[in-house]
Amino acid sequence: MPPRVLILRAPGSNCDEETAFAFERAGARAERVHLNRWLESPQLAADYQILCLPGGFSYGDDLGSGRIFANQFRHHLAESLAAFRDAGKLILGICNGFQILIKSGLLDSDDAAGAGATLTWNASGRFIDRWVHLQVAGDRCVFFKNIDRMHLPIAHAEGQFIGRDEPTLDRLDQNGQLVLRYTPPSAACGLAPPPFNPNGAARNVAGMCDATGRVLGLMPHPERFIDRTHHPQWTRLPPFDEGDGLRLFRNAVQYFA
Amino acid sequence: MLWEIDLHGREGLPDRESQNVSADIAALGLAENVTVAAASGFLVQGAELTRDRVERLAKELFADTVTETAVVAQVGDPVLTTPPSASDCSLKRPVQTGARADRDPQLVQILLKPGVMDPVAQSAEAAIRDFGWNVDAVRTLRKYWLADATDTEVCAIGQELLANDAIEQVILGALPFDRLQSGGQYRFELRTVPIRDLDDAGLMRLSKEGQLYLQLEEMRTIQRFFASAACGLAPPGRDPTDVELETIAQTWSEHCSHKTLAGRIAYRDERGERQFENMLKETIFAATEQLRKQWGDDDWCVSVFKDNAGIVRFDDHFNIAFKVETHNHPSALEPYGGANTGLGGVIRDTIGTGLGAKPICNTDVFCFAPPDTPHDLLPEGVVHPKLVMRGVVEGVRDYGNRMGIPTVNGAVFFDPRYLGNPLVYCGNVGLIPRDKSFKEPQAGDLIVAVGGRTGRDGIHGATFSSAELTHESESLSGGAVQIGNAIEEKKVLDVILAARDRGLFTAITDCGAGGFSSAVGEMGEKIGAEVHLDRAPVKYAGLSYTEIWISEAQERMVLSVPDDKWPELEQLCASEGVEATAIGRFEPTGRLVLKYMGETVGDLPMSFLHEGRPPVVRRATFTPRKKGTGVFYDSRASTESTPPVAKDSRPLFLHDYTPDLLAILSSLNVASKESIIRQYDHEVQGGSVIKPLVGVASDGPSDAAVVRPVLSSRRGIVISNGMNPRYGDHDPYHMAASAIDEAVRNCVAVGADPARIAILDNFCWGDCERPETLGALVRAALACHDLSLALETPFISGKDSLNNEFSYIPLPRREGQGEGLSSAEKRTIAIPPSLLISALGQIADVNRCVTMDLKAAGNLLYLVGETKNELGGSHFALINNLDGGQVPTVDPPRAKATFAAVHRALQSGLVAACHDLSEGGLAASIAEMAFAGGFGADLNLDGVPVPAACGLAPAVKLFSESNTRFLCEIAPEHAADFESKFASIPIAQIGAVRDSAQLTIKSNNRALISANINALKESWQHPLRF
Repeated sequence: MPPRVLILRAPGSNCDEETAFAFERAGARAERVHLNRWLESPQLAADYQILCLPGGFSYGDDLGSGRIFANQFRHHLAESLAAFRDAGKLILGICNGFQILIKSGLLDSDDAAGAGATLTWNASGRFIDRWVHLQVAGDRCVFFKNIDRMHLPIAHAEGQFIGRDEPTLDRLDQNGQLVLRYTPPSAACGLAPPPFNPNGAARNVAGMCDATGRVLGLMPHPERFIDRTHHPQWTRLPPFDEGDGLRLFRNAVQYFA
Repeated sequence: MLWEIDLHGREGLPDRESQNVSADIAALGLAENVTVAAASGFLVQGAELTRDRVERLAKELFADTVTETAVVAQVGDPVLTTPPSASDCSLKRPVQTGARADRDPQLVQILLKPGVMDPVAQSAEAAIRDFGWNVDAVRTLRKYWLADATDTEVCAIGQELLANDAIEQVILGALPFDRLQSGGQYRFELRTVPIRDLDDAGLMRLSKEGQLYLQLEEMRTIQRFFASAACGLAPPGRDPTDVELETIAQTWSEHCSHKTLAGRIAYRDERGERQFENMLKETIFAATEQLRKQWGDDDWCVSVFKDNAGIVRFDDHFNIAFKVETHNHPSALEPYGGANTGLGGVIRDTIGTGLGAKPICNTDVFCFAPPDTPHDLLPEGVVHPKLVMRGVVEGVRDYGNRMGIPTVNGAVFFDPRYLGNPLVYCGNVGLIPRDKSFKEPQAGDLIVAVGGRTGRDGIHGATFSSAELTHESESLSGGAVQIGNAIEEKKVLDVILAARDRGLFTAITDCGAGGFSSAVGEMGEKIGAEVHLDRAPVKYAGLSYTEIWISEAQERMVLSVPDDKWPELEQLCASEGVEATAIGRFEPTGRLVLKYMGETVGDLPMSFLHEGRPPVVRRATFTPRKKGTGVFYDSRASTESTPPVAKDSRPLFLHDYTPDLLAILSSLNVASKESIIRQYDHEVQGGSVIKPLVGVASDGPSDAAVVRPVLSSRRGIVISNGMNPRYGDHDPYHMAASAIDEAVRNCVAVGADPARIAILDNFCWGDCERPETLGALVRAALACHDLSLALETPFISGKDSLNNEFSYIPLPRREGQGEGLSSAEKRTIAIPPSLLISALGQIADVNRCVTMDLKAAGNLLYLVGETKNELGGSHFALINNLDGGQVPTVDPPRAKATFAAVHRALQSGLVAACHDLSEGGLAASIAEMAFAGGFGADLNLDGVPVPAACGLAPAVKLFSESNTRFLCEIAPEHAADFESKFASIPIAQIGAVRDSAQLTIKSNNRALISANINALKESWQHPLRF
């Protein structure tokens, strides 16, 4: 039985279709469901093995990226989400999904003093669409099993990961939660414009997971590198079968094999 | 109780907003050495909101506690006027009470004017209610503390940089109110407009003061209609109601009816006279019609020139819709909002095409005055071009990105004549199932409004966009500015597509210019309609029935819904939080009946609305090389001499052309637009194949974009554009022909099949009541006809925007000086004739796509197509201040054969890289290919194909912008095969790719250009890097 994926969309979600496509390509069964349906019936998620929050601008990101969506989680679905995670299931937040996860406290970055980390405006102050090189740090996160490096696009305005203070970052780092880092290109791949860290993120963090390693949020878009022709230099590269992003979705599916 | 929540940046973090404002103050020359601290805030009003609750909202909703600290207080509390604690110490001098020193810190607060759409405030209201508390109203504000600025400087900074008077108000010091008002009460009163007794002067006064912008003959026609029994109401003869007059004005506006170009035109040029009964129909439409007839069963056009967008066939399941619109006048007044809703509007066009298309990519083309225009040269009422550019770029960005539609192609042009009248073209491509490509509203269907609520925004947009801009436009037409809410439109899109697939409606259109009036008027044209205006949901109380009818509030669609489908549609919309309201019914009466609270406020026959307008009759003349009249109009020498005549004393035939190449690469039209491109998400929806920037470092200029709209398929669409306003100064015919050639060759260069390219026309022109201005347009349309037929490239949709002129009185700004000036002192800047051609191509298998970056040392470089002595209007002429010369022309039969041959070569997999030759000619093209690929190249001009028995000067071979040329990179083993594809077309191997960083171009064994590719790249990248 392939795992069932709940692609949770809300007003302003916009990467739901291609994310569903990527999960299907990886062998899962993906369904796009409006958040309002889950709010109506909190039991809804029980039928799924993977919850995915796709990219987009949920509720316009009008009060900060992901904030309003995160408050819906906090106010109405906290128990359902806790049950989902405690059942050993997977949660993936991509881009806006990462912003929602970090602001709803599902990434174990908060403590008694409040929020420990956030995603804020890029250092440039502007939206950026470009490809970045990524290094997987540690083996805490199930989504990155057997993955060392990835090359993926980012497309965000509020993707700069910052911590409340250095001790908080140290704690998350030591827990092995800061699992995905922007990294310089390796000699083998093409040129990339400096700096390799596109948004000024603290400790080059591009993605982080919770304490269990089963909840992951990342700014880059794995669903945008499934096909060979997604790669920005595909017309100059020798043919290859599939994109780096697909491996992440396969790991999620394989986790339930 | 009115609370304010201010958000201050946390100490120790960079304060970007303050730094940006400081930099802008300096860059615009508004003041020197001013210190700035910025903050944002929310005003929140509600009886249930206690201090504890507001503090919780500040912490859990408004502030990001990692990066911000919140200040919570009631309005009036002095803590709200205190600069953020993290700000510069010069701001912390005590604010004096009473006798203020001139340079003491001052607080400037910016609020949206009442009634202006504030999506963030709307979201905040909903989010507060989600805490379980009631809230009356929320408003957003921005705050700036300025130190070391004089009072005059503070005012200038507030009015010219921080706020836009069209939508925002500037408050110096503390807020002067302690509660938020939300709209007054409206007392219904039927208003009629006495028109029957007016003389001609009175009619024209009514037209102007009522912002109807109708012409005398049209006003007379209206007068006659209401004086006769034809108006239908007893007794025969009456005065129109205000809403009737508005409906007619809006339906007959240039914007909605395109009456000039679809009207009668007597055209005269050097070849004689020609009479048009309907100019567009007899030129551009006629060409498409003839092609479709020619193709017979192979006709791949589906719906042309009738729906909101043109539709062509894509594959067995889907068609593709394409539309490009302009939003020039709103963008001149309020660049962000104008451009934002420009894109939002064209997206609604595709959503409202057929039974609803899914938007799959955007294009945008902007025309600005140079961003370094000195501030003190700006006429009154003109927003600085740098701020226009920023606002437009950000406005389009924020709508496209939020909608989740990739922006994949575009261009930016600069010319001083766009100063008071920038151009903003926004395009959208949609994917639509083949069986959903047509609509037909049925008599008896409900008229259902879906989406945003109706407010006072955008009143008079349709008629205003048909008028000339003046320095007073900002105050007169502020209501014409709309503010978009992309998320509302995304929600509407989500439910429309679901409803389409369930078959819940019979027709759909968008509320664009003219609002409900235009949408219902169009849909009900063949049936009749009755609308109850009081049923339309409004944003706030106080709107009159007329305002509801003509409001151009954004994000609204009108659907025609059978009674038995209405409950399901209503439920679907509710389930995703989208408002849907039945506001009337398509009644088979042939009349448009408007009611408010049961009373009839308007009743007009549809036939008068749609067929009653008297035809516009215009004269159009074209004289070759006619000089222009605008103040910035560059007078062109009337000499036929080629090459161009140098205005300066510099010798034309230099030995080293490297500086010319560097200057061309640095000219604003050619220079890299990466800083803009990267702000647009060009990969969302997961179908990106060829991105706008390509090459080894992803920073070379791609000729066109390729997208796979169906993720499980290899079939792609190709998007490109062609435009060159500079050629229009020489001859609009050749400008139009060149734009078409450029759009098509860009498409072909990445792999599109030239037999499946559809194009759109967008004419932006000056005042076409001047025969020579209209003559230039007709001449361009004639070229569109000729080229479309010859290339078998159909036009499928188009749009025109006339009256793109800006008038002002050139005096220093002193109060009271505006009065009493004679009209002779009025100056007018007309834009150059600006025809944008947008191309929609197709490629069967995207794996065959080719990019423009050089791929491997040792490969050979072939020039395809003939180079002619065509430096007129070129960038070589521009940077050297040269005049005259022959503008590039097109040889249509040869162009068609060349496109077909290039396509065969690309399809056969023989081509490693392919780039078209355009601005800057051969030299610019090879430079771009070289630095994009990270390889050098050697070129020898001696073999460049030229017309028979014609020796060309080296400068011409380097920089001529002759059309239909490509530079192709071919591996040596494919050379023979490649050459065999071009039997009858001039090509030559003129060089090779080198494993170095040097580009060398020689002629007669003499180096004409020698440059390091990194230096070339830097000269191309630096001008618009920001």
